[in-house]
Amino acid sequence: MTVETAARPRYEDIEPGFRLPGRTFRVERKDLVRYGGAACDYNVIHWDDRTAVAMGLPSPIAHGMFTMGLALGVLTDWAGDAGAVVDFGGRFPRLVPVPNDGVGVELTVEATVMEKLEPPRLRLSVAVRLGGSDGGKVLTMPKTIVALR
Amino acid sequence: MNEGCVGKVYPPTAPYEVGREKIKEFAAAVREGNAACWDTEAARALGYPDIIAPPSFPMVLTLEAEHDAVHDPELGAANQNRFVHREQRFAYNRPIHAGDVLTVTVRLAGVDSVGGNDVVTYESTLKAADGEHVCTGRSTFVIFNQEGGDVP
Repeated sequence: MTVETAARPRYEDIEPGFRLPGRTFRVERKDLVRYGGAACDYNVIHWDDRTAVAMGLPSPIAHGMFTMGLALGVLTDWAGDAGAVVDFGGRFPRLVPVPNDGVGVELTVEATVMEKLEPPRLRLSVAVRLGGSDGGKVLTMPKTIVALR
Repeated sequence: MNEGCVGKVYPPTAPYEVGREKIKEFAAAVREGNAACWDTEAARALGYPDIIAPPSFPMVLTLEAEHDAVHDPELGAANQNRFVHREQRFAYNRPIHAGDVLTVTVRLAGVDSVGGNDVVTYESTLKAADGEHVCTGRSTFVIFNQEGGDVP
C-alpha cells in the first residue's frame, strides 16, 4: 500500500465554505457489537433489547463514540492522514436506536470548512444526521480542528 | 452526588501498551480506511514511527478509567451501571502509535443534575511512558436514576 501524497488537500487551496465529500453509513446491530468489542465498551444499553425496553427505548442505541468515529473517518479520509484531526469535540443531542432487524439505520456525515486558522490548521463544522441530509442531528462537532500538511 | 468530589484526581491507570492488531481492530470497527492506521510503511511515509490509531481511539482507555471513577463510593452516583454519553472532546499533542505505553489520569471536572439524572464530567490526561503528553479528553455522562429519571 502506498500513500498518494498528490491526492492530499493543501491548506493553500482550501477556502471557508468548502464542503467535504459527505458519506452515508449503514449501521446495524452487528456493527454496534463489533464496535463495543473493539472499544472495550460492554455497556448493555448498546446491545441488550431487554435493558433498552426497560429504559423506555425502542431498541439498544449506537455508541456516541461509534458515531463520532464514523464522522472522523470522513475527515481523515479527506485529509489523507489519520493524524490530521488534532482537536474535536461534540454533543450527542439525540440517541440513535438501532433495531436488530437486519436493516438498521443510516447515518449521514456532513463537514464544512468554517475558518482558516494559523497554517496548516482549519476549523470545520461536522454534523451527523439520522437518515439522509434532512434527518435530525445526532452529533454536532462545531469546532473540529484539522491540520493539513 | 457529593459535589465535594469535584476536582478529585484519581491515581494513574496501569500502563496500556497499544498493539498494532488492536489499532487495526478498532480501525475496522469505525471503518477508518486511512493507510496510516493499517500499513507501517504508509505511516512512516507520513513521519510516524508505526501505524497510528484513529482519532477516537483514546476512548478505549478513558472509558474504563472513567467508568471506575463513576463507581467511586465517595462520589455516590445513583445507578452507576446505566449511563449514556452526552459529550466528548479530545485534544491531541500528537497521534497515538503502535508501541505507545500509555497511562490515564482522570480528574472529576464537574457534577450536575438534569431531568432527575446525575451528570458527571471527567477530564482525562493520556501520557506516554516518558511522560510526554499525548492527548486530553473531556467526557460527560448522564447516569440514569432508575427512580423516575427521564431518558433524553
